[in-house]
Amino acid sequence: MSGTDETPQTEAEKLGGAGPTDTRPTGTRTSAPEPEPEAPSRTHSMLREIASGNALAGVLAVVLAIAVGSLMIALTDERVRDTASYVFARPGDFFTATWDAVWGAYTALFRGAVYNDRVDDFATQIRPLTDTLKFAGPLIAAGLGVGLAFRAGLFNIGGRGQMLLAGAAAGWVAFAFDLPMVIHLPLAILAGSLAGALWAGIAGVLKARTGAHEVIVTIMLNYVGFYLVFFMLSRQGLLQAPGSGNPKSSPAKESAILPDILGERFNLHLGFVLALVAVAYVWWLLNRATLGYRIRAVGENPSAARAAGIDVGRTYIVVMLIAGALVGLAGTNQVLGTVTSGVTVDLDAGIGFDAITVALLGRSRPLGILAAGLLFGAFKAGGFAMQASEGIPVDIVLVVQSLIVLFIAAPPLVRAIFRLPAKEAK
Amino acid sequence: MTTPGLSPAPAPTSAPVVDTVAVRSLKTPVIFGVLTLGLALILLLEAPSGDTTFRLAVSTDFASLPELTVPAAAGAWTLTAVCALLTAESVRRYLARRTSPIWVLVVFAVAWMAGFLTWAAAGETVPVVGLLAGSIALSVPLVFGALGGVLGERAGVVNIAIDGQLLFGAFAAALLGSLTGSPWVGLIAAMVAGALVALVLGLFAITYFVDQVIVGVVLNVLVIGLTSFLFSQVLAPNAATLNTPPRFPRIPIPVLGDIPLVGPVFFRQTAVVYLLYIAVAVVAFALYRTRWGLRVRAVGEHPLAADTVGIKVNRTRYRTILLAGAVAGMGGAFYTLVSVPQFNREMTGGAGYIALAAVIFGKWDPIRATLAALLFGFASNLQGVLAVIGSPVPSQFMLMLPYVITIFAVAGLVGRSRPPAADGVPYRKE
Repeated sequence: MSGTDETPQTEAEKLGGAGPTDTRPTGTRTSAPEPEPEAPSRTHSMLREIASGNALAGVLAVVLAIAVGSLMIALTDERVRDTASYVFARPGDFFTATWDAVWGAYTALFRGAVYNDRVDDFATQIRPLTDTLKFAGPLIAAGLGVGLAFRAGLFNIGGRGQMLLAGAAAGWVAFAFDLPMVIHLPLAILAGSLAGALWAGIAGVLKARTGAHEVIVTIMLNYVGFYLVFFMLSRQGLLQAPGSGNPKSSPAKESAILPDILGERFNLHLGFVLALVAVAYVWWLLNRATLGYRIRAVGENPSAARAAGIDVGRTYIVVMLIAGALVGLAGTNQVLGTVTSGVTVDLDAGIGFDAITVALLGRSRPLGILAAGLLFGAFKAGGFAMQASEGIPVDIVLVVQSLIVLFIAAPPLVRAIFRLPAKEAK
Repeated sequence: MTTPGLSPAPAPTSAPVVDTVAVRSLKTPVIFGVLTLGLALILLLEAPSGDTTFRLAVSTDFASLPELTVPAAAGAWTLTAVCALLTAESVRRYLARRTSPIWVLVVFAVAWMAGFLTWAAAGETVPVVGLLAGSIALSVPLVFGALGGVLGERAGVVNIAIDGQLLFGAFAAALLGSLTGSPWVGLIAAMVAGALVALVLGLFAITYFVDQVIVGVVLNVLVIGLTSFLFSQVLAPNAATLNTPPRFPRIPIPVLGDIPLVGPVFFRQTAVVYLLYIAVAVVAFALYRTRWGLRVRAVGEHPLAADTVGIKVNRTRYRTILLAGAVAGMGGAFYTLVSVPQFNREMTGGAGYIALAAVIFGKWDPIRATLAALLFGFASNLQGVLAVIGSPVPSQFMLMLPYVITIFAVAGLVGRSRPPAADGVPYRKE
C-alpha cells in the first residue's frame, strides 16, 4: 500500500508476474494455463460476468423473477388455497382464482406505477407515473454512488449511513437558517452532499491508508451513523425539535424545500432533475474525464494502475468522496423533497440497500442505473398501490427485485432454465 | 523471485511470511495509554460520588458470594491506577523488545471495565451476573453466525448471507416449531433452512462463479423479502397455529451450575447454548486437528494445490458451506425458540453483519471469532444494563461502541487480519 519506497522496476516485475491472469478481461486468453482465476477485483469480474450476458438473458431473468413472484402470490392467496382443495372436481375454479390473484396483483402494480385507468381526468390517470419518477430520484442518485464505487472495485454498502448523515446535515441547514431560497436550497443540498461525502470518505481513507476492507467499514459506519443521528435527534439543542420528546427535528423551512416541477397537483419535485444531472455528471466523469479513466483503471487492475503511475490510494479516497456525495444527494432528496416534515432516523427508507441492487442491475453504468432506478421506482410506487388495493404485502417487491439481480448475475443459469444454447465457449 | 510464468502465484506467497514475523508493535502501549487517559478524564470531568455495589450472586445460588460495595471515587481511581501500571508494564515490554503477554491484556480489560462500571454506576448496584448472563444470551446468534462464517470462508466462500441464514433459520424454527409443538423439530428446521440459503449461495457462487459478496447481499435481501411476505400473508393471520413456537426450557447443569458467578452465567442456560459450547469446540478441533479440517483449509488457501493432490475442491466447498449454513441456522433458532416466543419481520436486526465483523475481527479463527462475538454481545448488553441503572453516558454511544471498535480493529490497530488466500475466488477447473 505504501508504494513510495518501491522502485518502478519491482512494480513492473509484479505486474509481469501477474500478467497471465490480468490480461483476461479482453476475453482472448492464449497464455499458458494459470493457477487460478485470480481476478484483481471480484466485483469487477462479476460486473464483467453481467455485461457478457446478452439482452435476451436479461429479459428472461425479469420474466423468471416475475414468475416466481406470481407463484408466491398464488400460493399464499386464500381463494387459491380454498379452490385447490377441490381442484380435481372443478379445476376451472382453481385456475380462475389463480389468474385473478396474479393478474390482480400485477395490474394493481401497473396502476400504481404507470397509468391508472380507473379514474377519469388525465392528470389523475398519469399521476402514478410521476410518483414513480419521484421514487426513482433517490434510487438513481444512491445507485450512482454505489455504482461509481463498483467501477473502482470498491463495494459501498454504506448507503444507509451516508444517507442518514446527509439527511441530518441538509435537514439542519433547512430548519436552522432563514435565507432567501436562491441561497438556502443550494446550501442545504451542498451540506447534505458534503456530509455524505465525508462519511463515505472515512471508509476511503481507511482503505487507502490501512487496507481496511471497505465492506466491513461501510457496514459498521451504517450503525455508527444511525446511532449518531439518533443521538443528535434526541438531544435538545442539537437536532431535536424544540419542546418535543420524539427523536425528530423541526420541519424544513419553505425556502429550502425542493419545488414541485409539475405544479401543485403532482408530488414530483426537483430532486428527480437533480438525479438526472447526477447521471449526466457521472457519465461525463467516467467517459470523458481523466479522473474517470483512473477510476476505471484502478477498478480493472489496481497493480497495473499503480505501475502506470496512478496513485491507487488517492483514487480510492476520491471515489469514496464522490460516491458518498451522490448517496448524500439521495438523502438530501428525501429530507428536502419527499418527507419535509423533519429529519428522522428512518429517512433512508431502505434506499441505501436498494441502491446496491439498482447499481447491479444497471451494470454500474450511469445510463443503466438510470433505467434500473426507474424500474425500481416503479416497483416501489406500484408496490404500495398493490398492498393498498389487493392486500399483497409490499415485501413481494423485494423478492422480485433480488431475484432479478440474482438471475441477471448468472446468465448460464437462465440459459439452462430456458434451454437456450450456451454462448460460444470463452 | 517473481519471474513471470515460473512462480504460479507470486503476490500471495509473500504475505504469510510477513504475517508470522513477530513485529514489535507500539499498538498495545498506545491503546492502553489512550484508554487509561480516557478513564482518568471522565473521572475528572464528572467525579463520581457515593458507593457502587457489585452484586455477584443471584438469590438461587447454592453458596452465594457477598455483595461487593466500594466507594465509587476511590474504587474507580484505584482501578485507573492499576490500568496505568499495566500500561507502564506494556511500555517496559515494548522497550525490552517483547510483546505484551495475553494476561496483561486480560487484566487490563477487566480492570478498565470495572473502573468504568464503578464510575458509571456510582450510587447504584451493578448486577454482575445479569450483565454477563445477558451478554451470553445476546451473543448466541452472533457466535453461531460467526462460526458459520469462519467455516465458509476457510473453505474459500465469502459468506455475507449469514444474516439471511439467521433470519431464515428463525422463520423456519418458528413455523415448524409451532406446527409440531417440539422445539427440537424447530431447531432441525432452522438448520435445514440455513443450509438451504447456503445451497443457493453455493449454486451461484461455486457453480456459476457469480461474485460471492454480491450473492450474499442479494440473498439477505431475498430472505428479508421472503420471510416478511410470508409473515404478513401466512404467519400473522394464523398466529395461534403457525407463530407460537414452543420454547426451550432452561436446564441447570447439576454441579457446574452451582459454582458461584460462573454457574449462573454459563451453566443455567438452554440446550441451544450448550450446543453452542459443543459447536465451538468441535469446529475449532475439526478445523485444526482433523483430516477434514486440513482439506477445508487447503481448499480455501490454495485450491489448485488441493485439486492436484486429489481433493475435490468444489465438492468440499459445497459440503462446508452447507454445514456452515446449518450452524448459522441454529443461531437463528435461538431467536424464536429461546429469546422471543414468535417470529417478527427482520427480527435479526442485521446481526449477521455483526457476526461477519466478528469473523474478520477474529481473524478467521473459530475461537477468536467466538470471543469477538462475545465482546459484541457484552457491549450490547452493557448499554442495556447501564440504561436501567441510569448512567451518564448517552445510550446511543454505548450502542455505537461495538461498531466503532470493529472499525478500529479492521483498520489494523489490533493487527492486520489476513483472509484465507482463495477467499471469495471461485475455482474453475481447467
